[in-house]
Amino acid sequence: MGRPFPWAASSRSLGGFQPSPGAAGPLGYPQQTGQFGGQMAGPQPGMPGAFPGAPASLAGPPQKKLDPDSIPSITQVIEDDQLKKGGQVFSTNIRGQVPPLVTTDFTVQDQGNASPRFIRCTTYSLPCTADLAKQCQVPLASIIKPFARLPKDETPLYVVNHGETGPIRCNRCKAYMCPYMQFIDGGRRYQCGFCNCVSEVPVFYFQHLDHMGRRVDFYERPELSLGSYEFAATLDYCKNNKPPNPPAYIFMIDVSYNNIKSGLVKLICDELKTLLEKLPREEGAESSAIKVGFVTYNKVLHFYNVKSALAQPQMMVVSDTAEMFVPLLDGFLVNYQDSRAVIYNLLDQIPDMFADTNESETVFAPVIQAGVEAFKAAECSGKLFIFHSSMPTAEAPGKLKNRDDKKLVNTEKEKTLFQPQKGVYEQLSKDCVAQGCCVDLFLFPSQYVDMATMADVPSHTGGSVYKYNNFQVETDGEHFLRDLRKDVQKSIGFDAIMRVRTSTGFRATDFFGAIHMNNTTDIEMAAVDCDKAVTVEFKHDDTLSEETGALMQCALLYTTISGQRRLRIHNLSLHCSSQLSELYMRCETDSLINFFAKSAYRAILNQPLKNVREILVNQTAHMLACYRKNCASPSAASQLILPDAMKVFPVYMNSLMKTAPLVGSTELSTDDRAHQRLSVMAMGVEDTQLLLYPRLIPLHTLDVNSEALPAPVRCSEERLADSGMFLLENGHSMFLWLGQASPPDLIQSIFNLPSLAHLQGHMPALPELDNPLSKKVRSVINGLLDKRPNSMKLQIVRQRDKPEMLFRQFLVEDKGLHGSASYMDFLCYVHREIRQLLT
Amino acid sequence: MATYQEFIQQNEDRDGVRFSWNLWPSSRLEATRLVVPVSCLFTPLKERPDLPPVQYEPVLCSRANCKAVLNPLCQVDFKAKIWACNFCFQRNPFPPSYAGISEVNQPAELMPQFSTIEYIVQRGPPTPLIFLYVVDTCLEEEDLQALKESLQMSLSLLPPNALVGLVTFGRMVQVHELSCEGIAKSYVFRGTKDLSSKQIQEMLGLTKPAAPGQQGRPVAPQDAAASCRFLQPVHRVDMNLTDLLGELQRDPWPVPQGKRPLRSTGVALSVAVGLLEGTFPNTGARVMLFIGGPPTQGPGMVVGDELKTPIRSWHDIQKDNARHLKKATKYYEALANRSAVNGHSIDIYACALDQTGLLEMKCLSNLTGGHIVMGDSFNTSLFKQTFQRVFSKDYNGDFRMAFGGVLEVKTSRELKVCGAIGPCVSLHSKGSSVSENEMGIGGTSQWKVCSLNPSTTLGIFFEVVNQHNAPVPQGGRGAIQFVTQYQHSNTQRRIRVTTIARNWADAQSQIQHIESSFDQEAAAVLMARLGVFRAESEEGPDVLRWLDRQLIRLCQKFGQFNKDDPASFKLSESLSLYPQFMFHLRRSPFLQVFNNSPDESSYYRHHFVRQDLTQSLIMIQPILYSYSFYGPPEPVLLDSSSILPDRILLMDTFFQLVIYHGETIAQWRKAGYQEMAEYENFKQLLQAPLDDAQEILQTRFPMPRYIDTEHGGSQARFLLSKVNPSQTHNNLYAWGQETGAPILTDDVSLQVFMDHLKKLAVSSSA
Repeated sequence: MGRPFPWAASSRSLGGFQPSPGAAGPLGYPQQTGQFGGQMAGPQPGMPGAFPGAPASLAGPPQKKLDPDSIPSITQVIEDDQLKKGGQVFSTNIRGQVPPLVTTDFTVQDQGNASPRFIRCTTYSLPCTADLAKQCQVPLASIIKPFARLPKDETPLYVVNHGETGPIRCNRCKAYMCPYMQFIDGGRRYQCGFCNCVSEVPVFYFQHLDHMGRRVDFYERPELSLGSYEFAATLDYCKNNKPPNPPAYIFMIDVSYNNIKSGLVKLICDELKTLLEKLPREEGAESSAIKVGFVTYNKVLHFYNVKSALAQPQMMVVSDTAEMFVPLLDGFLVNYQDSRAVIYNLLDQIPDMFADTNESETVFAPVIQAGVEAFKAAECSGKLFIFHSSMPTAEAPGKLKNRDDKKLVNTEKEKTLFQPQKGVYEQLSKDCVAQGCCVDLFLFPSQYVDMATMADVPSHTGGSVYKYNNFQVETDGEHFLRDLRKDVQKSIGFDAIMRVRTSTGFRATDFFGAIHMNNTTDIEMAAVDCDKAVTVEFKHDDTLSEETGALMQCALLYTTISGQRRLRIHNLSLHCSSQLSELYMRCETDSLINFFAKSAYRAILNQPLKNVREILVNQTAHMLACYRKNCASPSAASQLILPDAMKVFPVYMNSLMKTAPLVGSTELSTDDRAHQRLSVMAMGVEDTQLLLYPRLIPLHTLDVNSEALPAPVRCSEERLADSGMFLLENGHSMFLWLGQASPPDLIQSIFNLPSLAHLQGHMPALPELDNPLSKKVRSVINGLLDKRPNSMKLQIVRQRDKPEMLFRQFLVEDKGLHGSASYMDFLCYVHREIRQLLT
Repeated sequence: MATYQEFIQQNEDRDGVRFSWNLWPSSRLEATRLVVPVSCLFTPLKERPDLPPVQYEPVLCSRANCKAVLNPLCQVDFKAKIWACNFCFQRNPFPPSYAGISEVNQPAELMPQFSTIEYIVQRGPPTPLIFLYVVDTCLEEEDLQALKESLQMSLSLLPPNALVGLVTFGRMVQVHELSCEGIAKSYVFRGTKDLSSKQIQEMLGLTKPAAPGQQGRPVAPQDAAASCRFLQPVHRVDMNLTDLLGELQRDPWPVPQGKRPLRSTGVALSVAVGLLEGTFPNTGARVMLFIGGPPTQGPGMVVGDELKTPIRSWHDIQKDNARHLKKATKYYEALANRSAVNGHSIDIYACALDQTGLLEMKCLSNLTGGHIVMGDSFNTSLFKQTFQRVFSKDYNGDFRMAFGGVLEVKTSRELKVCGAIGPCVSLHSKGSSVSENEMGIGGTSQWKVCSLNPSTTLGIFFEVVNQHNAPVPQGGRGAIQFVTQYQHSNTQRRIRVTTIARNWADAQSQIQHIESSFDQEAAAVLMARLGVFRAESEEGPDVLRWLDRQLIRLCQKFGQFNKDDPASFKLSESLSLYPQFMFHLRRSPFLQVFNNSPDESSYYRHHFVRQDLTQSLIMIQPILYSYSFYGPPEPVLLDSSSILPDRILLMDTFFQLVIYHGETIAQWRKAGYQEMAEYENFKQLLQAPLDDAQEILQTRFPMPRYIDTEHGGSQARFLLSKVNPSQTHNNLYAWGQETGAPILTDDVSLQVFMDHLKKLAVSSSA
């Protein structure tokens, strides 16, 4: 409820926010409108970074320092939601129900709508008309994570088999049987909830209706009573009408000089021996059906025959990189269990075979091509794990050249840094998707590698890109292996095609993710794993009815890890309203920011950063102004009034604008910016939330005897204590920050060192010490590492040490390193913009 | 004076030479009137156990465009230590090392019995022999297994220092690296992509890129062994290679119903040739190609992979309906020429029930002196023993194979060289002794024969230079010198020099002498070679017509007859057999394609143009022996009248060895008399042809197809198709009489042929 909230008046610190304290009349910036207003309309020249103008000008006039505690706090919001909804059961029986926050621990009970783990929306109440939507400028979008991990206490999806005819579908719009189908005519026919078409119920599916008009078998059929379930697909849903083969994983190791020298090749080979035992398998299956294959390469590719009948693996060299092909079929993709001995032998020999290589040139596109060809030949889908070191400069298709040009930063042409080089890779992505070949890229660069281009294929095939700059086995080895293990073991579906159907009145118009779109409706993914999300934007094409609400059905056709073809269906019904206040009430900030992050990251491919940042700020201001104008009760213009559900939105937005891709700074590596840009595109709500607002945990307050973690504090330097120890993580980086005045006994028990000064060099992990504190800290860290989709490298920083700079950039409420605004400044700036809009 | 027979035999034994004419007509016009050209069959490496090679360089004539080798025909002035070249009459001083020469102390090359002499010379470091196996893996399991065993066995036959390599192919082409420990490593090529030699070498890592340009690290010194990772000494890798061969799998790519396996023979050969080209140019090497079917994809493809389109037949070729023929032939010819330039020879071992594309690929072996062996399966003794025989050794324990041969023919000025027919390519060496008039591979006096064995025989054709009005003076002798340089199988470089001379004769006054100097056997083979050479480029009927015309002209020239009186026609003894040879040649598979596939024709012709005289004659007119209780085994006429119920016949056609049991014998055998003690003599009779056949099988290369059949047996067709059909269903008067077996054919019999020939020969209008 957005309503003005008098300064320090109530314990209910929800709601509006009035920045100027006291009654001493207008203070600080709110009163300065006259002074600034005119200038604020456009960006001010000469302002470095960030959004136009604001912070520097704000610094001008003397102002009373605002109490940082008085502005909405994310940690507070998270804590409150956890208190209110944590540990509870969330039943999905009500249309348009706003789920708990992503950070909250709760249990979902599927009662007809998909769990928020699968689908989250920016708002759970859609405006009835396109005009309203346009007026408020709140994006209407869903973030769909079709394979989201479910906690152990939630039932996995049921598999429904409708027999030879395949799943029952609406005759007209082809929507699948779901709880929104209305059975009529005594159960002989049903009306589609999406297109209203009436279809006959097939004979075998007929069932009588009860007095409520519900089928008698309502509770026995998941497709009638649940929001999420799966159908067994028939041959009609398979390529060439043939049942698919189980997928395959191909490990493709760059064995050029760099990777050999760094010891990476040996590390990978050693790890694979144990890792391959843990390939994902179907529940209850004895072993994994996934086949494995091995390729090494530098300028040429080496394929290995690891057929179980062989005494020794055989190596086949393909030098024809111009027209790649797979030299063998039988024996290349094998069952690990059967060929274990040969594979062991191979993995033992690979590091030795190339031990004295001096080949430093590599190819890249032919490597992917080889994978696609291999899958084509084996008629299966699968995933390539490519461990690559350097920019592919060898003479072959997809050869890249250094086009990193820092001079382009902050110019019209900056976008070219993010754009992949055209040609070979574009076609390759298409080939990959057509074959269901997902590419996971592990990069170990020591310099620029043209990430934008190299990651192009992975980012269109549902793959992930991992990057380890200046990789060293001692410091990064474990970090990398954790990533690899997580990645290999992820639950995943292959050769997927997803379609989002909606009820009349609105439709999906735009899609973001590690996906490939051949037409405007089918979302093709070579593979989709439990961490990949697709953000779908909706637009009106008619009026929505408050009465029937809005329905969406996301159907994902895919191949399971054991080679079965399935359809995974997620249904969600939303509320519709002609009142904007409903919309603002049922907004979800975390989803909103996910959408904004993705759309902004896509926009920078085509527009100068400056424009993108401007749009973000303007839209933020617009959304909030619209709320103020239409929903909030009248109050003084000087008051900043935020809708309750969006009150921390500005923090996220400010943080988003501080992320590397959106900051035009020559100090940032182009590759890192491109990398972050691409990885965000496939993120779900949880991941973007954490990325944009890291957890900062005061470990010095840790209660050794309690299960609970200390409450995270706000990401601001002010919250750090000289004598404290803080853990910061955002899903990608992890820091252990040690205050200057950390008590020696703390240092002793964690590091086994007499004082902070003795702490030197890189430490990939904390030493294993036998004291409660050390154990507890390590278990906290490990717990977090387990929970996140990616591994994080633990970096230990001391207060006021040089590396602290790295740490500081994650304190998102503070001023950024590259001249970006602090939370407070941003808020003030947005407020001014709102006022501008309101006048 | 010895008879011509003896003279010819002696010359053949000593020099490996058989001339069509042993007296030469003294002018060009007369020579042409003789119909059969002055020509010879020359076996450069005829086995001469009695001829120890000399260990010094030959002495050459100092005239730059002559360079003939000092020989017994040279005039020597022992006092002045000067010799006169008998080809250009240049007077040459002996080299200092011949200072001690005198009438009683002559070097071997001056002694008449050394008209053929062999020199061992030092030319650079010796290079080991190279054997590159190119193996088709699209075989039936059983075939592949047999082939693998044969290949493994062959490793033990190779000299230990010989280099071996292995290329396998199916849908892909794999070049196996042999030096590596542990993992078996191979380089793979797409079977559909035509690659240049340079690309192949680059892809095999045989060439270093121009600028490595790697900063900060030492560039490893170029590894000498790396250049031949694919070709390693047998003694070092035989274990490795044996294992590798043992683990060789059938081509793993699935072959859908109704398709042929995809066989990339063209690319495999191109890779093999490219590999050798890059690593060992101008070194003796054998590429040994083993195929179990036709090339079905990529360059050199002979037939598509659809089983419903059959491989081309003669019918298709005649109707110009063989769509891959020209392209494939051109492709293999280019490969063969590249290979020949580098002295590498290519063998083809084709074992399949259907055709394998020998027609297109034959040039690979024909131009490089390689073998072609054709069989039904690798799992037959025919293949196994033939293959073993490739590695047979001579009395010295050296392989009966030589490499990189260059044959040069020098003639005295009355003669010019027209060309050669045999497993060779022209070296385009045009000199004064080269005729404008080409016969066979002409326009040169030097030919390259990449691989030679003791029986390799070339037909060489000459022309008399002198015009009719200025004939060669009587009493003179014309001379020819054959200089063969080659790499002996023990890696020595050797030069064998054969110098021969024949008298000139005036054809007007000495026609009888010339006639009696006619070597009808040599002439028949030489004419047959010309015919076969023509048949490669001309239509069959044209060739037959040409042969007939030549025969008629010869009969007209030398026959004795009254005009228009066929009954009076007579030929002298020295020509008496010649028409019969021609009769059988006309019927032979070398000129008749009926009943033979294009592959078979290519195969037969391949062997015909390289075997020595004896074998060639057997091919033209097979030998027939008869075994009976009436006497010892005897040669009988190749005639249907020889097929009698109480005889066992043994026919040797070179390619087939047929044992035919007459009707009665077959019945006895069926009744099992040979098992009974009292019919021991019958058992021996049955055994006798088997023993004789065994003897032939022991020595023949390639192993003939061994056929044991009987009267009425389906395989009897091999015999029936060869014999002169003197009795057919058309002249049935002898039915019921014990005079042989009628042949159901419309072919004319020898009698009819001769009658017709006589009629034409005596006709005044012809």
